[in-house]
Amino acid sequence: MSKLLVSTTVNGDPQQFLCDPDTSLLDALREEMDLTGSKEGCGSGDCGACTVVLDGKMVCSCLVLAPEAEGRQVSTIEGVAEGNQLHPIQRQFLEHGALQCGFCTPGFIVASKALLDHNPDPSETEVRYWLAGNLCRCTGYDKIVRAVMDAAAELRQDRRTAA
Amino acid sequence: MSSPAYHAPETIEQAVALLAGDAGARPLAGGTDLIVQMRSGRNAPSAIVDLKRIAGLSGIRALPGGGFAIGAATPCTALKDDAALAAAWPGVVEAANLIGSVQVRNRATMAGNLCNASPAADSVPALVAAGATCLVAGPNGQREVPVEAIPAGPGKTSLAPGEVLVEIRLPAQLGADAYLRSIPRSEMDIAVVGAGVSLVLGAGGVCTAARVAIGAVAPTVVLVEAAGAALIGGKLDDAALEAAADAVRAACRPIDDKRGTAEYRTAMAGVLVKRTAKIALERAHKNQGRSQA
Ligand SMILES: Cc1cc2nc3c(=O)[nH]c(=O)nc-3n(C[C@H](O)[C@H](O)[C@H](O)COP(=O)(O)OP(=O)(O)OC[C@H]3O[C@@H](n4cnc5c(N)ncnc54)[C@H](O)[C@@H]3O)c2cc1C
Ligand code: FES
Ligand code: FES
Repeated sequence: MSKLLVSTTVNGDPQQFLCDPDTSLLDALREEMDLTGSKEGCGSGDCGACTVVLDGKMVCSCLVLAPEAEGRQVSTIEGVAEGNQLHPIQRQFLEHGALQCGFCTPGFIVASKALLDHNPDPSETEVRYWLAGNLCRCTGYDKIVRAVMDAAAELRQDRRTAA
Repeated sequence: MSSPAYHAPETIEQAVALLAGDAGARPLAGGTDLIVQMRSGRNAPSAIVDLKRIAGLSGIRALPGGGFAIGAATPCTALKDDAALAAAWPGVVEAANLIGSVQVRNRATMAGNLCNASPAADSVPALVAAGATCLVAGPNGQREVPVEAIPAGPGKTSLAPGEVLVEIRLPAQLGADAYLRSIPRSEMDIAVVGAGVSLVLGAGGVCTAARVAIGAVAPTVVLVEAAGAALIGGKLDDAALEAAADAVRAACRPIDDKRGTAEYRTAMAGVLVKRTAKIALERAHKNQGRSQA
């Protein structure tokens, strides 16, 4: 089978790449675009390490075919910080020590940002259910949940100050 | 192994032609079953026909008379975002939103859940209880069939070569519905038993119509007509609920696996149907109160 040419937008930048039709979006990001922040933990939708935002909705990029991204908007962990300025969620993860090996962290941060972008004031239960598709083998989740709650509070504060 | 072809047709006719012309071609909705099966080698399609670029296949339409048409490519999270649908058919919408994680539900569709034909598919008992139908398009035109006519066995459907589901249709809500499942974990697991119940109440709160469907306890989701019949004509007292549970237990043909023994699944099916019926009843009372106020 011949390769497909796919044109898409990743973190606001136009991207073009060639791929086999059954290449996952995750593999295309990592191997064709050199965006290796998204990780493959399972390749079957269970762990969330590959989480990206596709046209405004968070999805497992291991379960998206790369050609499906044609003409779509993709946001990855690489687009979360602004230059050297970490996003408050990233900073709170560091401050809380919400990571050990760090393999799950890009997925957790992309998923947490997707939550806070549409729900600035989630309850702890909402955070836990929202993150049910992200697995972490190291932290026991508690520090992750606290980091997200504190980042939410910080973002609400920033918004009030900006208003 | 060679890579399959990828097509993203823009009309249903093109999709049907692509599928009818290649016996190895498979429709792709959210891919949360199909892509997993391709990765594991269980499924090796010669071509993938992505349905998501077909205009009109994504989204929810209100039907004249109060029903809803849900496009086959509509992800489960979009059902929750439709306030009118979520208010009318909470059981269906909740069932679809028990599937996987938010990441999975942003892709997964009810049509894919149905056409994957797992006996444990969560949205299917709720759709069957609701009396939902499917609009199917194929090389010989379109036909409308009840949801329960689609699954033919684990991983098998009654769809003919070249046929695709276009939309799932829910009737107007005249009462209320509910769906519950039993799983070993609190999230991200496959049902050991699932139960959907839909009820209509008449004057004085007497049940005038009821449908009961169960999942994960037989090769396909089962509509248990005797269980529905046991609920009709009374007010769902303990005796009626026990009679419905008896009918459900009698309809179980479960397997033994790591999630539960056949005996456990059968016992749980009875328990779950009673719990689900009580939720549907409570909702139906509330809806009746609201329409009389
Ligand atoms: C991590 C994870 C957790 C999951 N948890 C659950 C769960 O809790 N409960 C549950 O029920 N399921 C679960 N699933 C399975 C899956 O998500 C659901 O079955 C989902 O609804 C499938 O929908 P889809 O749109 O992704 O289907 P796809 O994978 O796109 O398609 C599934 C099958 O249906 C066919 N198909 C799709 N659309 C059509 C159509 N319009 N016409 C004809 N054929 C069609 C495809 O060819 C394929 O054979 C889970 C999956 C994952 C990865
Ligand atoms: S790698 Fe995609 S969910 Fe685990
Ligand atoms: S920090 Fe190691 S898996 Fe989460």
